[in-house]
Amino acid sequence: MADEIILLDFLPSIFGMRVRVALAEKGLEYEYREQDLWNKSPLLHEMNPVHKKIPVLIHNGKPICESTIIVQYIDDVWKDKSPLLPADPYERAHARFWADCIDKKLYDLGKKITLTKGEEQDTSKREFLEFLKLLEGELGDKPFFGGENFGFVDVSLVAFSSRFYAYESFGNFSIEAECPKLIAWTKRCMERESVSSSLLDPQKVHDFVAGMRKRYGVE
Amino acid sequence: MGEEVKLFRSWSSPFALRIVWALKIKGIEYETVFEDLSNKSPLLLQYNPVHKKVPILVHNGRPIAESFVILEYIDETWKQVPLLPEDPYERAKARFWAKFGDDKVLTSVWNVFIKQGKEQEEALVAAMENLKFLEEEIKGKKFFGGERIGYVDLVLGLLANLISICEEIIGLKIVDEEKLPLLYSWMQDFAEAPIIRDNWPPRDKMIVKFQALLDAAIASSSSSSSSK
Repeated sequence: MADEIILLDFLPSIFGMRVRVALAEKGLEYEYREQDLWNKSPLLHEMNPVHKKIPVLIHNGKPICESTIIVQYIDDVWKDKSPLLPADPYERAHARFWADCIDKKLYDLGKKITLTKGEEQDTSKREFLEFLKLLEGELGDKPFFGGENFGFVDVSLVAFSSRFYAYESFGNFSIEAECPKLIAWTKRCMERESVSSSLLDPQKVHDFVAGMRKRYGVE
Repeated sequence: MGEEVKLFRSWSSPFALRIVWALKIKGIEYETVFEDLSNKSPLLLQYNPVHKKVPILVHNGRPIAESFVILEYIDETWKQVPLLPEDPYERAKARFWAKFGDDKVLTSVWNVFIKQGKEQEEALVAAMENLKFLEEEIKGKKFFGGERIGYVDLVLGLLANLISICEEIIGLKIVDEEKLPLLYSWMQDFAEAPIIRDNWPPRDKMIVKFQALLDAAIASSSSSSSSK
């Protein structure tokens, strides 16, 4: 029986991009359905009644929500191709810890950089760069966070790189100047078809963020 | 090979309790290291430099931090009495409800606890919306894990204790037996289960601690609104 995979998503969403990358890494065919987040569809309400958020993966009619949970699901089900989590429990715990860390910190800091001004923005920029440096320390000399192989933490983090241009532009700072190793890592990731085909072009992301700034009255 | 398992915790940390329960349910021998969170040990800072928090599980000298991460590690390393389901879809659902518990339910219950007047009324409405999802999810089951306690029960389990402590302090019902009968019943069953019932922190100490947390929260909110 062929698998039916539908992804409810929103192109500029970092969380959606994670799922797109994971599906591409596994070479899976799926139907992409762009959602209007300001006019949510009945399907989205039905498939994610608790949060009404994207991404939602619908696999043979059954919904899975929350990007990190979806990526683990994809890795569990299609475990024979391009495993994202390592086999060893301690290494898995290590990867889950860093993915959780990224979830707890990066999105909110990035949001503050693009939606605030003055001192609040300065503090956010500083904390953002500190966190990226922490990630550089974790990466070390490895090509990927997963070691030789592109893995779970790489999937969790790489989508943020599509937003770096927006952060730099609205925050008026350079990420590469402070975190060259991390930028080198993003370029290495972008050489993978799964990543380059899944991430939205940084200019388009920038324009989306500009629209959000107007909507929130930041401009 | 000898197994060396240590759990760094504080006497009251509800997140550490999850780990205590998991280790005991699986029959794993371990040593407890109690931390004074106002005076963190060098070892804690070495084992969890990123967050500097408990719980931390140290297995044969290797540290794991963050309660969800530790629970999955325990389940993958000691396979007896599995906590997470085998089926990938059921596992995804379990992870979803665990995350919902921490991100939404706990936060909304805390808001009911620390807010006053109209804000508290609104917080209670928000908490009820979240608790109703749990009420729906437990329909037809004794525990979230089915016939026996599983991952979701261990994650949500702190509610079985904290909610009654909060209710006693503020004199307000959060999980009303009439409004949320299934959840109320789950809280009793969970709290009374073997291992769980033997491992709650002392209630009188918890009441004192939470009263102090409430006093501090009220003091900080009134000082920040004194200019109004």
